[in-house]
Amino acid sequence: MNKKKLLGTPYYIWSAMFIIIPLCMVFYYGFTDKKGAFTLENITAIASAEHAKALWLALSLSLVSTLICLLLAYPLAMILTGLKVNQHSFIVLIFILPMWMNFLLRTLAWQTILEKTGVLNSILSFLHLPALNIINTPYAIIVGMVYNFLPFMVLPIYNSLAKIDRNLVHAARDLGADGLQVFLKVTLPLTLPGIISGITMVFIPALTTFVISKLLGGSKVLLIGNVVEEEFTQAGNWHLGSGLSIVLMLFIIVNMVISTIFDKDGEGSVL
Amino acid sequence: MIKNATKKLYLSLILIFLYAPILVLVLYSFNASRTRAKWGGFTLKWYGSLFKNQEILTALFNTLFIALVSSVTAAVIGTVACIAIMNLKKRPRAIMIGITNIPMLNADIVTGISLMLLFISLGLKFGMRTILLSHITFCIPYVILSVMPRMKQLNPHIYEAALDLGAGPVYGFFKVVFPEILPGVLSGFLMAFTMSLDDFIITHFTKGAGVDTLSTKIYTEVKKGIKPEMYALSTLIFMTVLILLLLVNRAPSDKKS
Repeated sequence: MNKKKLLGTPYYIWSAMFIIIPLCMVFYYGFTDKKGAFTLENITAIASAEHAKALWLALSLSLVSTLICLLLAYPLAMILTGLKVNQHSFIVLIFILPMWMNFLLRTLAWQTILEKTGVLNSILSFLHLPALNIINTPYAIIVGMVYNFLPFMVLPIYNSLAKIDRNLVHAARDLGADGLQVFLKVTLPLTLPGIISGITMVFIPALTTFVISKLLGGSKVLLIGNVVEEEFTQAGNWHLGSGLSIVLMLFIIVNMVISTIFDKDGEGSVL
Repeated sequence: MIKNATKKLYLSLILIFLYAPILVLVLYSFNASRTRAKWGGFTLKWYGSLFKNQEILTALFNTLFIALVSSVTAAVIGTVACIAIMNLKKRPRAIMIGITNIPMLNADIVTGISLMLLFISLGLKFGMRTILLSHITFCIPYVILSVMPRMKQLNPHIYEAALDLGAGPVYGFFKVVFPEILPGVLSGFLMAFTMSLDDFIITHFTKGAGVDTLSTKIYTEVKKGIKPEMYALSTLIFMTVLILLLLVNRAPSDKKS
Protein backbone atom coordinates (compact mmCIF):
# COMPACT_ATOMS: atom_id res chain seq x y z
CA MET A 1 0.00 0.00 0.00
CA ASN A 2 2.80 2.39 0.90
CA LYS A 3 4.45 1.80 -2.44
CA LYS A 4 1.33 3.03 -4.21
CA LYS A 5 1.34 6.21 -2.20
CA LEU A 6 4.97 6.79 -3.21
CA LEU A 7 3.87 6.81 -6.84
CA GLY A 8 2.33 10.19 -6.25
CA THR A 9 5.61 11.77 -5.16
CA PRO A 10 6.62 13.20 -8.56
CA TYR A 11 3.27 14.90 -8.91
CA TYR A 12 3.20 16.12 -5.30
CA ILE A 13 6.59 17.74 -5.77
CA TRP A 14 5.56 19.08 -9.17
CA SER A 15 2.34 20.64 -7.93
CA ALA A 16 4.05 22.16 -4.90
CA MET A 17 6.78 23.61 -7.07
CA PHE A 18 4.75 24.83 -10.04
CA ILE A 19 1.25 25.41 -8.64
CA ILE A 20 1.50 26.32 -4.94
CA ILE A 21 4.82 28.20 -4.76
CA PRO A 22 4.09 30.37 -7.84
CA LEU A 23 0.75 31.41 -6.32
CA CYS A 24 2.54 32.28 -3.07
CA MET A 25 4.93 34.41 -5.12
CA VAL A 26 2.02 36.36 -6.60
CA PHE A 27 0.81 37.03 -3.06
CA TYR A 28 4.31 37.97 -1.92
CA TYR A 29 4.74 40.47 -4.74
CA GLY A 30 1.18 41.75 -4.37
CA PHE A 31 1.64 42.60 -0.69
CA THR A 32 5.12 44.16 -0.90
CA ASP A 33 6.58 47.24 -2.53
CA LYS A 34 9.81 47.49 -4.51
CA LYS A 35 11.88 47.62 -1.33
CA GLY A 36 10.24 44.46 -0.04
CA ALA A 37 8.25 46.20 2.71
CA PHE A 38 4.67 45.16 3.42
CA THR A 39 2.06 47.34 1.75
CA LEU A 40 -1.58 47.23 0.74
CA GLU A 41 -1.10 49.84 -1.96
CA ASN A 42 -1.01 47.34 -4.83
CA ILE A 43 -4.37 45.96 -3.77
CA THR A 44 -6.05 49.29 -3.10
CA ALA A 45 -4.76 50.49 -6.48
CA ILE A 46 -7.82 48.74 -7.93
CA ALA A 47 -9.89 51.65 -6.61
CA SER A 48 -8.07 54.21 -8.73
CA ALA A 49 -10.24 55.61 -11.51
CA GLU A 50 -8.40 53.93 -14.37
CA HIS A 51 -8.26 50.46 -12.78
CA ALA A 52 -11.78 50.54 -11.40
CA LYS A 53 -13.08 51.43 -14.85
CA ALA A 54 -11.15 48.55 -16.43
CA LEU A 55 -12.41 46.10 -13.80
CA TRP A 56 -15.99 47.32 -14.11
CA LEU A 57 -15.90 47.03 -17.92
CA ALA A 58 -14.35 43.54 -17.73
CA LEU A 59 -16.97 42.46 -15.20
CA SER A 60 -19.90 43.74 -17.21
CA LEU A 61 -18.65 42.39 -20.55
CA SER A 62 -17.86 38.97 -19.10
CA LEU A 63 -21.21 38.75 -17.29
CA VAL A 64 -23.10 39.65 -20.47
CA SER A 65 -21.03 37.14 -22.47
CA THR A 66 -21.59 34.40 -19.90
CA LEU A 67 -25.33 35.03 -19.97
CA ILE A 68 -25.42 34.97 -23.79
CA CYS A 69 -23.39 31.75 -23.80
CA LEU A 70 -25.80 30.15 -21.33
CA LEU A 71 -28.87 31.22 -23.32
CA LEU A 72 -27.33 29.94 -26.56
CA ALA A 73 -25.86 26.76 -25.11
CA TYR A 74 -28.81 25.32 -23.17
CA PRO A 75 -31.21 24.92 -26.11
CA LEU A 76 -28.28 23.80 -28.22
CA ALA A 77 -27.33 21.11 -25.72
CA MET A 78 -30.97 19.96 -25.60
CA ILE A 79 -31.08 19.68 -29.38
CA LEU A 80 -27.77 17.78 -29.38
CA THR A 81 -29.03 15.28 -26.79
CA GLY A 82 -32.17 14.82 -28.88
CA LEU A 83 -30.11 13.88 -31.95
CA LYS A 84 -29.86 10.18 -32.45
CA VAL A 85 -26.10 10.29 -32.50
CA ASN A 86 -24.76 7.42 -30.50
CA GLN A 87 -21.26 8.70 -30.70
CA HIS A 88 -20.94 11.02 -27.80
CA SER A 89 -17.39 11.78 -28.85
CA PHE A 90 -18.48 13.09 -32.24
CA ILE A 91 -20.50 15.92 -30.70
CA VAL A 92 -17.61 16.81 -28.42
CA LEU A 93 -15.33 16.91 -31.48
CA ILE A 94 -17.50 19.42 -33.34
CA PHE A 95 -16.83 21.87 -30.53
CA ILE A 96 -13.17 20.99 -29.93
CA LEU A 97 -12.23 20.98 -33.62
CA PRO A 98 -12.09 24.79 -34.08
CA MET A 99 -9.38 24.86 -31.41
CA TRP A 100 -7.01 23.30 -33.91
CA MET A 101 -7.06 26.55 -35.80
CA ASN A 102 -5.01 29.01 -33.80
CA PHE A 103 -7.02 30.97 -31.20
CA LEU A 104 -5.47 34.31 -32.21
CA LEU A 105 -6.13 33.76 -35.90
CA ARG A 106 -9.74 32.76 -35.24
CA THR A 107 -10.26 35.90 -33.19
CA LEU A 108 -8.55 38.01 -35.86
CA ALA A 109 -10.90 36.56 -38.46
CA TRP A 110 -13.72 38.30 -36.59
CA GLN A 111 -12.08 41.60 -37.52
CA THR A 112 -12.70 40.76 -41.16
CA ILE A 113 -16.24 39.67 -40.45
CA LEU A 114 -17.17 42.64 -38.30
CA GLU A 115 -15.26 45.57 -39.83
CA LYS A 116 -16.97 48.41 -41.70
CA THR A 117 -16.65 46.86 -45.13
CA GLY A 118 -16.50 43.36 -43.73
CA VAL A 119 -18.38 40.16 -44.41
CA LEU A 120 -21.27 40.85 -42.06
CA ASN A 121 -21.94 44.33 -43.43
CA SER A 122 -21.76 43.06 -47.02
CA ILE A 123 -24.46 40.54 -46.19
CA LEU A 124 -26.51 43.17 -44.37
CA SER A 125 -26.29 45.64 -47.28
CA PHE A 126 -27.23 42.85 -49.70
CA LEU A 127 -30.36 42.33 -47.61
CA HIS A 128 -30.91 46.13 -47.54
CA LEU A 129 -30.40 46.23 -43.79
CA PRO A 130 -28.53 49.02 -41.99
CA ALA A 131 -24.82 48.40 -41.44
CA LEU A 132 -23.45 47.53 -38.00
CA ASN A 133 -20.38 49.38 -36.80
CA ILE A 134 -19.29 47.26 -33.89
CA ILE A 135 -15.60 46.63 -34.56
CA ASN A 136 -13.35 48.32 -31.98
CA THR A 137 -16.26 48.66 -29.55
CA PRO A 138 -17.17 46.61 -26.47
CA TYR A 139 -19.79 44.81 -28.60
CA ALA A 140 -17.07 43.27 -30.74
CA ILE A 141 -15.36 42.07 -27.56
CA ILE A 142 -18.60 40.39 -26.48
CA VAL A 143 -18.83 38.64 -29.86
CA GLY A 144 -15.23 37.48 -29.45
CA MET A 145 -15.85 36.21 -25.92
CA VAL A 146 -19.04 34.35 -26.84
CA TYR A 147 -17.32 32.85 -29.87
CA ASN A 148 -14.24 31.69 -28.00
CA PHE A 149 -15.90 30.36 -24.87
CA LEU A 150 -19.24 28.97 -26.11
CA PRO A 151 -17.86 25.40 -26.38
CA PHE A 152 -16.96 25.50 -22.68
CA MET A 153 -20.59 26.20 -21.87
CA VAL A 154 -22.08 23.70 -24.31
CA LEU A 155 -19.98 20.66 -23.35
CA PRO A 156 -20.67 20.50 -19.58
CA ILE A 157 -24.39 21.16 -20.09
CA TYR A 158 -24.52 18.56 -22.84
CA ASN A 159 -22.72 16.05 -20.61
CA SER A 160 -25.12 16.55 -17.71
CA LEU A 161 -28.15 16.41 -20.01
CA ALA A 162 -26.92 13.19 -21.61
CA LYS A 163 -26.61 11.56 -18.18
CA ILE A 164 -30.28 12.15 -17.23
CA ASP A 165 -32.21 8.91 -16.99
CA ARG A 166 -34.99 9.08 -19.59
CA ASN A 167 -37.25 7.18 -17.19
CA LEU A 168 -37.27 10.15 -14.83
CA VAL A 169 -38.73 12.32 -17.56
CA HIS A 170 -41.26 9.64 -18.47
CA ALA A 171 -42.21 9.19 -14.82
CA ALA A 172 -42.78 12.93 -14.41
CA ARG A 173 -44.94 12.86 -17.54
CA ASP A 174 -46.95 9.88 -16.26
CA LEU A 175 -47.53 11.69 -13.00
CA GLY A 176 -49.16 14.52 -14.94
CA ALA A 177 -46.43 17.12 -15.36
CA ASP A 178 -46.53 19.14 -18.58
CA GLY A 179 -43.48 19.97 -20.68
CA LEU A 180 -42.60 23.13 -18.79
CA GLN A 181 -43.01 21.47 -15.40
CA VAL A 182 -40.79 18.56 -16.44
CA PHE A 183 -38.17 21.04 -17.52
CA LEU A 184 -38.32 23.15 -14.36
CA LYS A 185 -38.69 20.30 -11.85
CA VAL A 186 -36.61 17.52 -13.40
CA THR A 187 -34.31 18.56 -16.24
CA LEU A 188 -33.10 21.91 -14.96
CA PRO A 189 -32.20 20.82 -11.40
CA LEU A 190 -30.38 17.75 -12.72
CA THR A 191 -28.29 19.83 -15.12
CA LEU A 192 -27.40 22.46 -12.51
CA PRO A 193 -23.86 21.05 -12.01
CA GLY A 194 -23.28 21.36 -15.76
CA ILE A 195 -24.61 24.91 -15.82
CA ILE A 196 -22.45 25.99 -12.89
CA SER A 197 -19.38 24.38 -14.40
CA GLY A 198 -20.12 26.06 -17.73
CA ILE A 199 -20.52 29.45 -16.08
CA THR A 200 -17.14 29.05 -14.36
CA MET A 201 -15.44 27.95 -17.57
CA VAL A 202 -16.77 30.97 -19.47
CA PHE A 203 -16.79 33.70 -16.84
CA ILE A 204 -13.18 33.37 -15.60
CA PRO A 205 -11.41 33.43 -18.98
CA ALA A 206 -13.75 36.18 -20.19
CA LEU A 207 -13.15 38.30 -17.10
CA THR A 208 -9.38 38.01 -17.34
CA THR A 209 -8.82 38.10 -21.11
CA PHE A 210 -6.45 40.62 -22.59
CA VAL A 211 -6.14 39.14 -26.06
CA ILE A 212 -9.75 39.42 -27.23
CA SER A 213 -9.99 43.05 -26.12
CA LYS A 214 -6.68 43.83 -27.80
CA LEU A 215 -7.61 42.21 -31.11
CA LEU A 216 -11.25 43.26 -31.38
CA GLY A 217 -11.58 46.28 -29.09
CA GLY A 218 -9.01 48.45 -30.80
CA SER A 219 -6.67 50.37 -28.53
CA LYS A 220 -9.51 52.29 -26.94
CA VAL A 221 -11.01 49.55 -24.80
CA LEU A 222 -8.93 48.51 -21.79
CA LEU A 223 -9.99 45.58 -19.65
CA ILE A 224 -8.44 44.63 -16.31
CA GLY A 225 -6.57 41.81 -18.09
CA ASN A 226 -4.88 44.35 -20.36
CA VAL A 227 -3.82 46.41 -17.34
CA VAL A 228 -2.25 43.38 -15.62
CA GLU A 229 -0.55 42.22 -18.82
CA GLU A 230 0.96 45.65 -19.44
CA GLU A 231 2.25 45.88 -15.88
CA PHE A 232 4.19 42.67 -16.46
CA THR A 233 5.38 43.02 -20.05
CA GLN A 234 5.77 46.79 -20.56
CA ALA A 235 5.54 48.85 -17.39
CA GLY A 236 7.53 46.27 -15.45
CA ASN A 237 5.76 46.92 -12.17
CA TRP A 238 5.30 43.32 -11.02
CA HIS A 239 4.15 44.42 -7.58
CA LEU A 240 1.21 46.38 -8.95
CA GLY A 241 0.45 43.63 -11.51
CA SER A 242 0.47 41.01 -8.74
CA GLY A 243 -1.74 43.16 -6.52
CA LEU A 244 -4.33 43.53 -9.27
CA SER A 245 -4.12 39.79 -9.98
CA ILE A 246 -4.95 39.10 -6.34
CA VAL A 247 -8.11 41.15 -6.79
CA LEU A 248 -8.91 39.03 -9.86
CA MET A 249 -8.28 35.88 -7.85
CA LEU A 250 -10.93 36.95 -5.35
CA PHE A 251 -13.51 36.61 -8.11
CA ILE A 252 -12.02 33.27 -9.11
CA ILE A 253 -12.16 31.98 -5.53
CA VAL A 254 -15.79 33.07 -5.11
CA ASN A 255 -16.52 31.24 -8.35
CA MET A 256 -14.67 28.10 -7.18
CA VAL A 257 -16.55 28.06 -3.87
CA ILE A 258 -19.90 28.39 -5.62
CA SER A 259 -19.05 25.62 -8.05
CA THR A 260 -17.88 23.20 -5.33
CA ILE A 261 -21.12 23.81 -3.41
CA PHE A 262 -23.22 22.96 -6.44
CA ASP A 263 -21.02 20.34 -8.01
CA LYS A 264 -19.75 18.08 -5.26
CA ASP A 265 -18.86 15.09 -7.41
CA GLY A 266 -17.34 17.01 -10.28
CA GLU A 267 -20.21 15.77 -12.43
CA GLY A 268 -20.31 18.82 -14.62
CA SER A 269 -16.75 18.51 -15.87
CA VAL A 270 -16.03 19.08 -19.52
CA LEU A 271 -14.24 15.81 -20.02
CA MET B 1 -42.32 19.27 -38.51
CA ILE B 2 -41.94 22.98 -37.75
CA LYS B 3 -40.32 22.14 -34.45
CA ASN B 4 -37.75 19.96 -36.19
CA ALA B 5 -37.03 22.64 -38.77
CA THR B 6 -36.48 25.23 -36.04
CA LYS B 7 -34.07 22.89 -34.30
CA LYS B 8 -32.12 22.30 -37.49
CA LEU B 9 -32.03 26.01 -38.27
CA TYR B 10 -30.77 26.80 -34.77
CA LEU B 11 -28.12 24.11 -34.97
CA SER B 12 -26.94 25.36 -38.38
CA LEU B 13 -26.76 28.97 -37.19
CA ILE B 14 -24.56 27.96 -34.25
CA LEU B 15 -22.34 25.88 -36.52
CA ILE B 16 -22.04 28.82 -38.93
CA PHE B 17 -21.11 31.03 -35.98
CA LEU B 18 -18.44 28.55 -34.86
CA TYR B 19 -17.00 27.81 -38.28
CA ALA B 20 -17.36 31.15 -40.13
CA PRO B 21 -14.00 32.50 -38.87
CA ILE B 22 -12.35 29.27 -39.94
CA LEU B 23 -13.84 29.62 -43.41
CA VAL B 24 -12.55 33.21 -43.56
CA LEU B 25 -9.03 32.03 -42.65
CA VAL B 26 -9.12 29.25 -45.25
CA LEU B 27 -10.16 31.81 -47.89
CA TYR B 28 -7.26 34.08 -46.87
CA SER B 29 -4.84 31.28 -47.56
CA PHE B 30 -5.94 31.30 -51.23
CA ASN B 31 -5.95 35.10 -51.53
CA ALA B 32 -3.36 36.37 -54.04
CA SER B 33 -3.31 39.83 -52.42
CA ARG B 34 -0.82 40.19 -49.61
CA THR B 35 -3.16 42.25 -47.40
CA ARG B 36 -6.30 40.77 -45.97
CA ALA B 37 -8.27 43.90 -46.91
CA LYS B 38 -8.98 42.92 -50.50
CA TRP B 39 -9.44 39.79 -52.57
CA GLY B 40 -6.77 39.53 -55.23
CA GLY B 41 -7.83 36.33 -56.91
CA PHE B 42 -7.20 32.64 -56.24
CA THR B 43 -3.65 31.42 -55.69
CA LEU B 44 -1.77 28.50 -54.21
CA LYS B 45 1.54 30.35 -53.97
CA TRP B 46 1.44 30.78 -50.16
CA TYR B 47 1.40 27.02 -49.80
CA GLY B 48 4.62 26.91 -51.78
CA SER B 49 6.39 29.79 -50.05
CA LEU B 50 5.33 28.40 -46.67
CA PHE B 51 7.90 25.64 -46.95
CA LYS B 52 10.64 28.17 -47.67
CA ASN B 53 9.75 30.37 -44.70
CA GLN B 54 12.26 29.23 -42.11
CA GLU B 55 10.77 31.36 -39.29
CA ILE B 56 7.30 29.88 -39.61
CA LEU B 57 8.66 26.35 -39.92
CA THR B 58 10.74 26.81 -36.75
CA ALA B 59 7.70 28.14 -34.90
CA LEU B 60 5.68 25.16 -36.13
CA PHE B 61 8.38 22.75 -35.00
CA ASN B 62 8.56 24.45 -31.57
CA THR B 63 4.77 24.33 -31.17
CA LEU B 64 4.54 20.63 -32.04
CA PHE B 65 7.61 19.74 -29.98
CA ILE B 66 6.25 21.56 -26.91
CA ALA B 67 2.79 20.05 -27.31
CA LEU B 68 4.14 16.53 -27.73
CA VAL B 69 6.72 16.62 -24.94
CA SER B 70 4.40 18.27 -22.44
CA SER B 71 1.36 16.10 -23.16
CA VAL B 72 3.38 12.86 -23.03
CA THR B 73 5.11 13.90 -19.80
CA ALA B 74 1.78 15.00 -18.37
CA ALA B 75 0.18 11.69 -19.37
CA VAL B 76 2.86 9.72 -17.50
CA ILE B 77 3.01 11.90 -14.37
CA GLY B 78 -0.77 12.32 -14.34
CA THR B 79 -1.62 8.63 -14.68
CA VAL B 80 0.88 7.60 -12.02
CA ALA B 81 -0.37 10.38 -9.74
CA CYS B 82 -3.93 9.20 -10.28
CA ILE B 83 -3.12 5.75 -8.87
CA ALA B 84 -1.60 7.37 -5.80
CA ILE B 85 -4.46 9.85 -5.33
CA MET B 86 -7.06 7.06 -5.52
CA ASN B 87 -5.24 5.26 -2.70
CA LEU B 88 -5.19 8.29 -0.44
CA LYS B 89 -7.56 8.71 2.48
CA LYS B 90 -10.61 10.86 1.92
CA ARG B 91 -9.24 14.17 3.19
CA PRO B 92 -5.79 14.19 1.56
CA ARG B 93 -7.47 13.00 -1.62
CA ALA B 94 -9.87 15.96 -1.59
CA ILE B 95 -6.93 18.31 -1.04
CA MET B 96 -4.96 16.83 -3.95
CA ILE B 97 -7.99 17.03 -6.26
CA GLY B 98 -8.44 20.63 -5.16
CA ILE B 99 -4.81 21.45 -6.00
CA THR B 100 -5.19 19.68 -9.36
CA ASN B 101 -8.19 21.87 -10.10
CA ILE B 102 -6.28 25.10 -9.52
CA PRO B 103 -4.66 25.40 -12.99
CA MET B 104 -7.99 24.44 -14.60
CA LEU B 105 -10.06 27.00 -12.71
CA ASN B 106 -7.50 29.73 -12.30
CA ALA B 107 -7.23 32.37 -15.00
CA ASP B 108 -4.50 31.67 -17.56
CA ILE B 109 -3.07 35.13 -17.04
CA VAL B 110 -2.62 34.47 -13.30
CA THR B 111 -1.06 31.05 -13.98
CA GLY B 112 1.21 32.71 -16.53
CA ILE B 113 2.44 35.52 -14.31
CA SER B 114 2.80 33.25 -11.27
CA LEU B 115 5.09 30.92 -13.24
CA MET B 116 6.96 33.92 -14.63
CA LEU B 117 7.61 35.20 -11.10
CA LEU B 118 8.77 31.72 -10.05
CA PHE B 119 11.22 31.40 -12.93
CA ILE B 120 12.60 34.87 -12.29
CA SER B 121 13.21 34.15 -8.62
CA LEU B 122 14.82 30.79 -9.45
CA GLY B 123 17.06 32.60 -11.89
CA LEU B 124 16.03 30.27 -14.74
CA LYS B 125 16.80 31.55 -18.21
CA PHE B 126 13.56 32.07 -20.13
CA GLY B 127 13.30 29.85 -23.19
CA MET B 128 12.23 26.41 -24.27
CA ARG B 129 12.80 24.94 -20.79
CA THR B 130 10.51 27.40 -19.02
CA ILE B 131 7.79 26.95 -21.66
CA LEU B 132 7.95 23.16 -21.26
CA LEU B 133 7.75 23.34 -17.45
CA SER B 134 4.71 25.62 -17.70
CA HIS B 135 2.94 23.54 -20.31
CA ILE B 136 3.46 20.30 -18.39
CA THR B 137 1.99 22.05 -15.34
CA PHE B 138 -1.25 23.01 -17.04
CA CYS B 139 -1.47 19.72 -18.98
CA ILE B 140 -1.32 17.34 -15.98
CA PRO B 141 -4.80 18.30 -14.64
CA TYR B 142 -6.43 17.36 -17.96
CA VAL B 143 -4.90 13.89 -17.70
CA ILE B 144 -5.75 13.39 -14.03
CA LEU B 145 -9.33 14.57 -14.44
CA SER B 146 -9.97 12.27 -17.36
CA VAL B 147 -8.22 9.21 -15.86
CA MET B 148 -9.88 9.60 -12.46
CA PRO B 149 -13.44 8.61 -13.53
CA ARG B 150 -12.04 5.48 -15.22
CA MET B 151 -10.15 4.57 -12.05
CA LYS B 152 -13.30 4.97 -9.99
CA GLN B 153 -15.19 2.54 -12.23
CA LEU B 154 -12.42 -0.02 -11.91
CA ASN B 155 -13.15 -3.10 -9.83
CA PRO B 156 -10.22 -3.26 -7.33
CA HIS B 157 -10.72 -7.00 -6.88
CA ILE B 158 -9.56 -7.72 -10.44
CA TYR B 159 -6.15 -6.24 -9.66
CA GLU B 160 -6.04 -8.10 -6.32
CA ALA B 161 -6.96 -11.31 -8.15
CA ALA B 162 -4.10 -10.74 -10.57
CA LEU B 163 -1.72 -10.33 -7.64
CA ASP B 164 -3.12 -13.48 -5.98
CA LEU B 165 -2.52 -15.38 -9.18
CA GLY B 166 1.14 -14.44 -9.00
CA ALA B 167 1.41 -11.28 -11.08
CA GLY B 168 3.87 -8.66 -9.86
CA PRO B 169 2.47 -5.19 -9.17
CA VAL B 170 3.92 -3.73 -12.39
CA TYR B 171 2.86 -6.70 -14.53
CA GLY B 172 -0.55 -6.71 -12.88
CA PHE B 173 -0.97 -3.00 -13.53
CA PHE B 174 -0.13 -3.22 -17.22
CA LYS B 175 -2.16 -6.39 -17.77
CA VAL B 176 -5.26 -5.55 -15.77
CA VAL B 177 -5.54 -1.90 -14.81
CA PHE B 178 -3.93 -0.13 -17.74
CA PRO B 179 -6.17 -1.49 -20.51
CA GLU B 180 -9.21 -0.36 -18.51
CA ILE B 181 -7.99 3.20 -17.97
CA LEU B 182 -6.38 3.56 -21.41
CA PRO B 183 -9.34 5.46 -22.97
CA GLY B 184 -9.12 7.96 -20.12
CA VAL B 185 -5.35 8.33 -20.55
CA LEU B 186 -5.76 8.82 -24.29
CA SER B 187 -8.51 11.41 -24.04
CA GLY B 188 -6.55 13.24 -21.36
CA PHE B 189 -3.45 13.15 -23.54
CA LEU B 190 -5.38 14.44 -26.55
CA MET B 191 -7.00 17.20 -24.51
CA ALA B 192 -3.61 18.21 -23.09
CA PHE B 193 -2.04 18.16 -26.57
CA THR B 194 -4.81 20.38 -27.98
CA MET B 195 -4.60 22.82 -25.08
CA SER B 196 -0.82 23.07 -25.34
CA LEU B 197 -1.04 23.61 -29.09
CA ASP B 198 -3.64 26.35 -28.77
CA ASP B 199 -2.10 28.07 -25.76
CA PHE B 200 -1.00 31.62 -26.12
CA ILE B 201 -1.38 33.34 -22.76
CA ILE B 202 0.83 31.11 -20.59
CA THR B 203 3.50 30.87 -23.31
CA HIS B 204 3.41 34.66 -23.67
CA PHE B 205 4.55 35.09 -20.06
CA THR B 206 7.02 32.22 -19.85
CA LYS B 207 8.86 32.34 -23.17
CA GLY B 208 12.17 34.04 -23.69
CA ALA B 209 13.08 36.49 -26.41
CA GLY B 210 14.51 33.88 -28.77
CA VAL B 211 11.85 31.17 -28.79
CA ASP B 212 8.56 31.53 -30.64
CA THR B 213 5.58 29.23 -30.99
CA LEU B 214 2.98 29.77 -33.69
CA SER B 215 0.77 31.65 -31.22
CA THR B 216 3.42 34.07 -30.02
CA LYS B 217 4.64 34.58 -33.59
CA ILE B 218 1.13 35.48 -34.73
CA TYR B 219 0.76 37.86 -31.79
CA THR B 220 3.88 39.80 -32.77
CA GLU B 221 2.68 39.87 -36.39
CA VAL B 222 -0.74 41.30 -35.54
CA LYS B 223 0.38 44.92 -35.83
CA LYS B 224 2.36 44.58 -39.07
CA GLY B 225 -0.17 42.24 -40.65
CA ILE B 226 -0.22 38.46 -40.60
CA LYS B 227 1.91 36.79 -43.26
CA PRO B 228 -0.30 34.90 -45.74
CA GLU B 229 1.86 31.79 -45.24
CA MET B 230 0.48 31.62 -41.71
CA TYR B 231 -3.05 31.21 -43.08
CA ALA B 232 -1.83 28.50 -45.42
CA LEU B 233 -0.16 26.65 -42.55
CA SER B 234 -3.25 26.92 -40.32
CA THR B 235 -5.43 25.64 -43.12
CA LEU B 236 -3.12 22.67 -43.63
CA ILE B 237 -3.14 21.84 -39.90
CA PHE B 238 -6.90 22.17 -39.65
CA MET B 239 -7.55 20.03 -42.73
CA THR B 240 -5.15 17.33 -41.53
CA VAL B 241 -6.91 17.11 -38.17
CA LEU B 242 -10.34 17.18 -39.81
CA ILE B 243 -9.46 14.32 -42.15
CA LEU B 244 -7.87 12.30 -39.33
CA LEU B 245 -10.93 12.76 -37.15
CA LEU B 246 -13.31 11.79 -39.94
CA LEU B 247 -11.26 8.63 -40.54
CA VAL B 248 -11.22 7.76 -36.83
CA ASN B 249 -14.96 8.32 -36.55
CA ARG B 250 -15.63 6.22 -39.64
CA ALA B 251 -13.64 3.31 -38.28
CA PRO B 252 -15.96 0.89 -36.50
CA SER B 253 -15.36 1.17 -32.77
CA ASP B 254 -15.54 -1.93 -30.62
CA LYS B 255 -16.26 0.06 -27.47
CA LYS B 256 -19.78 0.17 -26.12
CA SER B 257 -19.44 3.73 -24.88
